[in-house]
Amino acid sequence: MVSAAALPASAQIDITGNYEPIMHEDQVERIPGPDVGDYAGLPITEAARFRANSWSPSLLTLPEHQCKPHPSTYGFRGVGNLRIQSVVDPESEEIVAYTTHIRWMEQKRTIWMDGRPHPPEFAPHTWQGFSTGRWEGNVLVVETTHLKAGWFRRNGLMLTDAAKMTERFIKHGNVIQHVYMIEDPNYLTEPLIKTSGFLLQDRDYMEPYPCSYVTEVPRARGEVPHNLPGTEASNPSAEYAAMHKIPVEAARGGAETAYPEFMRRAQPAAGRTGAQ
Amino acid sequence: MVVPDVNDAAVRQRIVVTMVERSMKTRWSTASPVVRRTLVLASVLILGAVGMAAQQQNFDNIQVRSMHVQGKIWMLVGAGGNVTIQIGDDGVLVVDTQFDGMADKLIAEINRLSGGKPIRYIINTHSHGDHVGGNQKIAAAGAQIVAGNFAGQIAFRTGGGNPAFIIAHENALNRISRPAQGEPPPFEAWPTDTFFVESKDMYFNGEAIRLLHQPNAHTDGDILVHFRGSDVISAGDVYTNARYPNIDVAAGGSINGIVAAANNIIDLTVPADKQEGGTYVIPGHGRLADEADVVEYRDMLTIIRDRIQDLAQKGQTLEQVKAAKPTLDYDGRFGAATGIGNTDTFVERVYNGVKPPDPPANNRNRRR
Ligand SMILES: [Zn+2]
Repeated sequence: MVSAAALPASAQIDITGNYEPIMHEDQVERIPGPDVGDYAGLPITEAARFRANSWSPSLLTLPEHQCKPHPSTYGFRGVGNLRIQSVVDPESEEIVAYTTHIRWMEQKRTIWMDGRPHPPEFAPHTWQGFSTGRWEGNVLVVETTHLKAGWFRRNGLMLTDAAKMTERFIKHGNVIQHVYMIEDPNYLTEPLIKTSGFLLQDRDYMEPYPCSYVTEVPRARGEVPHNLPGTEASNPSAEYAAMHKIPVEAARGGAETAYPEFMRRAQPAAGRTGAQ
Repeated sequence: MVVPDVNDAAVRQRIVVTMVERSMKTRWSTASPVVRRTLVLASVLILGAVGMAAQQQNFDNIQVRSMHVQGKIWMLVGAGGNVTIQIGDDGVLVVDTQFDGMADKLIAEINRLSGGKPIRYIINTHSHGDHVGGNQKIAAAGAQIVAGNFAGQIAFRTGGGNPAFIIAHENALNRISRPAQGEPPPFEAWPTDTFFVESKDMYFNGEAIRLLHQPNAHTDGDILVHFRGSDVISAGDVYTNARYPNIDVAAGGSINGIVAAANNIIDLTVPADKQEGGTYVIPGHGRLADEADVVEYRDMLTIIRDRIQDLAQKGQTLEQVKAAKPTLDYDGRFGAATGIGNTDTFVERVYNGVKPPDPPANNRNRRR
């Protein structure tokens, strides 16, 4: 035990450096952006679906919404390079933390490696959350709590501030495979798992990303844009399903839509019309 | 410290007479006749105050935990509403006091954090028992500087004691001194240092403190306590992130008042960067927050209010509105089947707050 505890942290593989995201996974969602109403294959609850159907992109024009960064539950799938640095205790030379910084809106996070506990439940929540890490073999495992109410897709699929995230950073040569697993008792029926790749760069590169809000649309005080239930805008999955010729049940998402059984059962919408 | 026996008729008489005299002469001398009448009535009612009517809840296993927020401000949690304290060279200021049964633990934690500095002021954000129950003990543990035009305080408070002042909005005093049910708490627990206009300014421990009335929100006597130097707002129950707000209609609360209060908090808060940090907001119940958290709450309340208003304006009954589940997306996070702020009551009170008024009865007569 003593020798294990004294093993210097630097014996672990080095994950620090400047990385570019590799965009071949879910490129359509991540670069151009997802369609509204596309929840296919996502393990969302009825509550999450209702929330997303009510969501209006105009919400982002409110001054108090303009400078929100991506939460850590989305940022690793966004654009912008990722810089990972280590924080070293000058006495012991041990790594006490890693910091991650994603360029867009300066998503800065500290991953504590010194064994500290997570804060009490009445402590504030942040966009990036409170993260602690540990090594499992050559895999850095990170647990994040104290997240603000964020999102995991840019079309109104939200998370509550009860969400938790577990990540794995797996380095193969000059590539990091990032895996996250998000749990939210309110909006996810089972953990949402996504992977993304990052390619190590030769040059360290990061630029600042300041943000200050402006009044984009004059509105009455306290007005919050949203789609009222029963309106056409509150059923975006119908349009999405028609556009892509998939059953609307598939577009509406839910854990069952992620499995092969659902794919076999569901026929293309065009093929079903004659059967009615 | 000598605590007067309120069962003693002579003591009660002295308290009442002193308070009424003083109210006419000094602090309340600018009050409207209505306010003065209310005060006299409130004073007379303490003749019935024979002891704390608070429910005997068991707090043995509940610890007070605290966290430094920023500047001179700490947040304390235990049972009941969150407590805010400000510590500085002038002493300690306490916002809200949980329950009587928590008072000793709160005093111990306040003394630990402040190094035993005197508690000079208590501020009550509103009248509810889970926010004012410790008033008497915590005030008695404190000490106000009694001189100048504060001298009158000592005469009617504790017969020789020198407790901390207790400050609240006038409407909160009225509800504490004349509860809808049961006996009022002892006079020493009342926030007798009140204001009835939209705000009150203080300066204590080297910073400006603004008490901002939020009309007809959670109750009719809610205030935000804004510590301008430390950049912290103690919000009371107009902002709770543990549950849906309890719209205490019987105490003058309303959904639109709570939404207005949330927007007022958003006006006062300034994030440090990327919609995070900067001004911190201590909720009445729940975790420490900043502007983005209050925005989430304001958005939630506004969206639910708009949905219910839309259905009500289409002529739907309360039962139809409940069946439409207008809170479905937020119930997992804020809802509750029972208790204060439960979902059913919340929907009902929002509905009653936004439904179109019934046509006046005499319209039908005219048509006839
Ligand atoms: Zn309350």
